[in-house]
Amino acid sequence: MERIGVFVCHCGINISSMVDVESIVERVRELDGVVEAKSYKYMCSDRGAQIIKKSIEEKGIDGAVIACCSPRMHEPTFRGVAEDGGMNPFTVEIANIREQCSWAHDSRERSTEKAMKLVMSSVAKARLLEPLERGRTPVIPNALVIGGGIAGIQASLDLANEGFRVYLVEKDPSIGGRMAQLDKTFPTLDCSSCILTPKMMEVYHHPNIDLMTYSEVLSIEGSIGDYRVKVRRKPRYVDVDRCTGCGDCVTACRMRDRIPDEFNMGLSNRSAIYIQFPQAIPLKAVMDSETCLFHRFGKCGDGPLCVEACEAEAIDFEQKEEVAELNVGAIVVATGYDLLDPASLHEYGYSRSKNVITTLELERLISSSGPTKGEVRLPSSGERPRSVTMIMCVGSRDETQCSWCCRIGCMTALKQVILLRENLGEEVEINILYTDIRSFGKGYEEFYRNVRAENTNFFRGRPSEVRIRNEDIRIDIFDTITNKLFEIRTDMVVLVPAVVPRADSGEFARMMNLSRSGDGFLLEAHLKLKPMDTFVNGIFIAGCCQGPKDITDTVAQASGAASRAAGILSKKELENDPLIAVVDADLCSGCRICISLCPYSAIEPVVETMAGEEVVHAEINEVLCQGCGACVAACPSGAINQMGFKDNQILAMIGVLNDCSDAGGLK
Amino acid sequence: MSEYDPNIIAFLCNWCAYAGADLAGTSRLKYPSNVKSIRIMCSGRVDPVFILEALREGADGILVAGCHPGDCHYQSGNYKTSRKIRLLRRLLRELNMDPERVRFEHISASEGQKFADVVTDFVNELKVMGPNPLKGECQ
Ligand code: FES
Repeated sequence: MERIGVFVCHCGINISSMVDVESIVERVRELDGVVEAKSYKYMCSDRGAQIIKKSIEEKGIDGAVIACCSPRMHEPTFRGVAEDGGMNPFTVEIANIREQCSWAHDSRERSTEKAMKLVMSSVAKARLLEPLERGRTPVIPNALVIGGGIAGIQASLDLANEGFRVYLVEKDPSIGGRMAQLDKTFPTLDCSSCILTPKMMEVYHHPNIDLMTYSEVLSIEGSIGDYRVKVRRKPRYVDVDRCTGCGDCVTACRMRDRIPDEFNMGLSNRSAIYIQFPQAIPLKAVMDSETCLFHRFGKCGDGPLCVEACEAEAIDFEQKEEVAELNVGAIVVATGYDLLDPASLHEYGYSRSKNVITTLELERLISSSGPTKGEVRLPSSGERPRSVTMIMCVGSRDETQCSWCCRIGCMTALKQVILLRENLGEEVEINILYTDIRSFGKGYEEFYRNVRAENTNFFRGRPSEVRIRNEDIRIDIFDTITNKLFEIRTDMVVLVPAVVPRADSGEFARMMNLSRSGDGFLLEAHLKLKPMDTFVNGIFIAGCCQGPKDITDTVAQASGAASRAAGILSKKELENDPLIAVVDADLCSGCRICISLCPYSAIEPVVETMAGEEVVHAEINEVLCQGCGACVAACPSGAINQMGFKDNQILAMIGVLNDCSDAGGLK
Repeated sequence: MSEYDPNIIAFLCNWCAYAGADLAGTSRLKYPSNVKSIRIMCSGRVDPVFILEALREGADGILVAGCHPGDCHYQSGNYKTSRKIRLLRRLLRELNMDPERVRFEHISASEGQKFADVVTDFVNELKVMGPNPLKGECQ
C-alpha cells in the first residue's frame, strides 16, 4: 500500500515501560510510504479505534501497521476497525511488541531497538500488502449427526427443532447407544429407558429427521457449508415398511437362543434374526447374515422359519447394501466410547470366572428387560449372591493402561450399591474398593454421602489380585486408610472398567480428517474455549468421543455442538478467509507437486487448450484451501502465492530484520 | 562494526510456536532480544529460499519452529519442513556455511519455557560460532 498509518499502543504501561513508544513514532514517520504515525494508551479501546478511523478519513491511509499485542489477540479487532473505517481489512499488519518484546526482555534500550525493527519489518510488509475480498460460499441447510446415542439424539433434536433437516446415522440397528443399556441413572435414579425412550420416539417421528440406522459413514468430501457424505446402508434383510416389530420371526428362528446377544453383553443369547432390545427405534427386526443359516449355507431346514412366521411378508433375502449420498452444511460427531476389556488385566480374573463381571454387565442383570429379567444372579450358578465386591478404576488412572479418570465409574458403582440392595435385600454384603471417590457433579456428593451412610464396606486401595476359587472369590486388599491388609471373601466381583476411545476411532478420525489427542479421543479445537469445535471447520464433536463424561455433561455438550452447527446452517452464505493460496496459471508448469502436498485435496489439475496444445495447470479450490502455504513453499515455478503471506512480503520483512540498507526504506 | 551481537530471524507457525513465544512473554520469561520473529500460518510455508536469502543478507541464525509431530494445524506442514530443513542443512555444508546456523524446533502453544530456552541456547551457540561470514555484504 502507498499510504500507511502506523499506530503504536502503550498498552497502559505494559509496552511503554519497556519500549520508548514516542521514539518509535518519531522514527517511523521517516519511513517511505508512512503518512501517519500515532500512539495511544489503549489502541484497542473505542478511543483508539477512533484514532485509526480518523486517519483513514483524513489522511486517506490505505494500509495500517498496529504495534501492539500479539496478532493472535487483536488482529481480528483491528481488521474490524479498519473495515468500519472504510479501509480494506486485509491491509492491516500487526507488529507484536508486547508478548514478543516488552514482556520478554528486560533492557529498555534493547527492547526499544527490537520493537523498532519489528515495526519497520511490518511496514515493509504493509507496503506490499494488497486489498483482498472475502469469497462467499452458499450453505446447505442440512446437518449430519453421526452416532445415535444420547449425544447424537440430543443434537439431532435440537437441530431439527431449529428447522434444519438432519440425517442421523447410527451403525447399530437401533438408536439409544450406551444409555439404552443402563437400568437407572445417577444421581436421580431415573429409569434410563423412561427418560431416553421418549426422546428416541421424538427422533423417529420428527418430520425434519431422516433416521439412518444400521448405517455407516463411508467417506466425506467438501468443506464447511457444503459437505458431501457417502453413507453405507447395510441390508437388514427385512422390509422395514412391512415389518411390524411383532417378533414372531425372532421366536421362530432355528438359531434361537444360540447367538451371544451383544446388547446384553453376551449374558444371554438371541436368534439370527432379532430386535436389538424391546424399546428399539425403529422397532424392526434385523437379520444377522453372519449367523443366519440361510445366508451361510443357502439352506435353512425345509425353508426359513422366519419367512413362514412373518405374516407381514417382510423378510427379504434379496436386499442389497445401498450407498446414500448426502449433502450437508455441518456435521456433529457423537460416536461415543468403549469400555476397556478387563480381560487384558489378568490380575482381575475377568476371563477366569463368570462371576467377575463389569458394571455394564451388572446393569443388564439389574434391568428388567435384561437376561435375568431383573434378578441379580450369579452367572455361574444362577444363585443369589450373598456378597458383591466392586473394584473401581480398573485400568483407569493407571499409567500402564489409561492415565485418565473415567469420570463415571465412582458414581456408577455408588448407584449400583443402591440398586443391588433393592434387588438383593438389605442383607447383601457390599464391598467397595476405591482409589478416590470422585463425586463432582451436581447432587453427586450428596448421593455419595447417602450410600456411605448405609451399611457398605469401603476400602481405599487397589487389590493386587483377585483369586478365583471354587466356592468363592478372595481378594487381598491393603486399606490405606486403616493401614491394614484385609482378605475379602465374596461371591461376585463387579469391575469398573476404564472408558476408552471407540476401537475404530483412529480409522474414523482419519476418514473425517479429525485429530485425536494423546489418549485417542477426538481432539477439540480448544479444551476450554472451543470444546465442541474441531480443527475442521463445520465439524463439531459431542459426548464421549471427545473424552469420558456423564450423561449430564454429554447432553450439555450435544446441545452446545448443535447450536454451534446451527450458527453455520442459519446463514445463507459463509464468508471465506481470503488468506489462501492462489495459482498464477501462466507460470504454472503443471508439475503437480503441489497436488500431492495439499492436506485438504484442495488442488486439482485442469487441462486447457492453448494455441492448439493441451496444457495442464493447477487450480486451487478457495473453499477447501485452509491457507497453510505448504504448496506455496514447494512450487518450483513460483506460480503459487499465499495471500497475506506472499513471498515478496516475507522477503521484505527478512530484509529489514537483517538491516539491509535498502530494506528499511527511509524516505 | 560494533561488538558482535547475533541476529536471529525466527519463522514461527501461528498455531503452536508463535503461540508458545507469546506465552513466554505472557509468563514474563526473559530471553535475549536477539530474536525477531516472522509469523506464518504453518511451518510448512517456509520456503528454503527465505532461509538462504536471510543468510545471504547476513542473519547469524535462523530458527524455524512449528508444532510437535502430529499436532500441525494443517496435519503435516511440520513434517514437510523438517525434511526440507534437513536437506537444506546438507546444502549449507556444501556452500561452506555452518548448518548449525539453521535450527528446526517443535514448540507447542504451551511451551513458553521451551521457546525461551531454545532462543537463549541458540544465542549462546551463535556467539561461539561467530558472525555470519556473509555479514556486511549488504550492510
Ligand atoms: S501449524 Fe504449526 S507447524 Fe503447521
